[in-house]
Amino acid sequence: MLQSQGNEVLVTVADDLVTADKNSLSSLTAPPLASSQSVPLPFPMSHGTTTLAFMFQGGVLAAADTRSSCSGLVACPAAQKILPIHSHLVSTTSGTSADCALWKRILARELRLYQLRHGRRLSTGGAAKLLSHMLHPFKGTKLCVAATLCGWDGGEKQSFSGPRLFYVCSDGTRLQGSLFSVGSGSPYAYSILDQGVEWKLTVDEAISIAREAVYRATHRDAYSGNFVDIYHISSKGWTRRSREDLKEEYYREKEKRTKEKRDVAGLDSVCAEK
Amino acid sequence: MEYLIGIQGPDFVLVAADNVAASSIIQMKHDYDKMFKLSEKILLLCVGEAGDTVQFAEYIQKNVQLYKMRNGYELSPAAAANFTRKNLADYLRSRTPYHVNLLLAGYDDTDGPGLFYMDYLSSLAKAPFAAHGYGLNKRFILNLPSFTVRLIDKEGIHDLEKLTHGAK
Repeated sequence: MLQSQGNEVLVTVADDLVTADKNSLSSLTAPPLASSQSVPLPFPMSHGTTTLAFMFQGGVLAAADTRSSCSGLVACPAAQKILPIHSHLVSTTSGTSADCALWKRILARELRLYQLRHGRRLSTGGAAKLLSHMLHPFKGTKLCVAATLCGWDGGEKQSFSGPRLFYVCSDGTRLQGSLFSVGSGSPYAYSILDQGVEWKLTVDEAISIAREAVYRATHRDAYSGNFVDIYHISSKGWTRRSREDLKEEYYREKEKRTKEKRDVAGLDSVCAEK
Repeated sequence: MEYLIGIQGPDFVLVAADNVAASSIIQMKHDYDKMFKLSEKILLLCVGEAGDTVQFAEYIQKNVQLYKMRNGYELSPAAAANFTRKNLADYLRSRTPYHVNLLLAGYDDTDGPGLFYMDYLSSLAKAPFAAHGYGLNKRFILNLPSFTVRLIDKEGIHDLEKLTHGAK
């Protein structure tokens, strides 16, 4: 393939940074050991996580699970996959957690420097372009970062004011959109989001859809689970809800199902009597 | 699977591109514009590897605009096509080749309409009609849901109606 560069890196400072080690505990990506060689995977599995973000009238909502996996081991059940960059910008992370943590810090530093030099905050689109261009020299190496940048652009010196959502990936993709889900659990999350997300949702409705989407994804995807983090970004900045245990959601739903079955059975027996 | 097509007429060029931005089998965007405006009468349509397309196309776009700022007049479509090809060729045997397939469509006030086909090995051909990808709608296993269509003539670039087929 024309693109494979091996492990050589163009920039000398990057020699310290490229330490992608498949067995390191901080890695989120892993080839699933359960599949044998003779049964091919339906699509390339990577980014063992579920993160999502969407725009609506109340701003941007970002949600993610908290399971950090490493080759079938749950390395950490309470990881943080949504990292705030500054007061009005939050990013969800997916891929190798070490790479994500590092590049988020580098991005935060560069955005702060921009703000000090130019007297205004860089827009979310600008931040996405900056991150994309910083990751470009590492294309073809094992660096793996797939992030969505969720922010609110505004201020006296800006031409545009409102929510913005970008998807940036270390393979070079940079997309602006209104709904993204990234990770191995994303197909399941998309199924909930594609039917439920609309512009006119209230904040509470949006939070419950996001929670439901992450819950459904964690239910079916082995590499997602444990808790869900939800961040809401509005003109006033980002706010974080306290972490919720998805186990509770599972028991709540189970309880609701048994109650429904009992009601239906009750109705049937009433009809039978008549 | 991405699709580009261009058709040159007597005094216009018609171009269309699909609207899907995909990541393996998931459609991340269904309203993605793959056409880059190089100048008032030149469009660059770009498909290929994920980051390479935007990086390369924006690089060409900014350089064509820089030429106009420095010299006071715009590059002709043929000149822009050859400039693009030269850049693609220079990067081809470097450590970071760009895997992109391009169509460049433009209207030159002296030469008329022109359509140029380029591929990732930096071949360049001026053609009356050209395409990249598979555009079949009824027989192909993947159906591309919608296409952006634009027309270039002596008045400039015009947006035509988006082509969508079947149910959304």
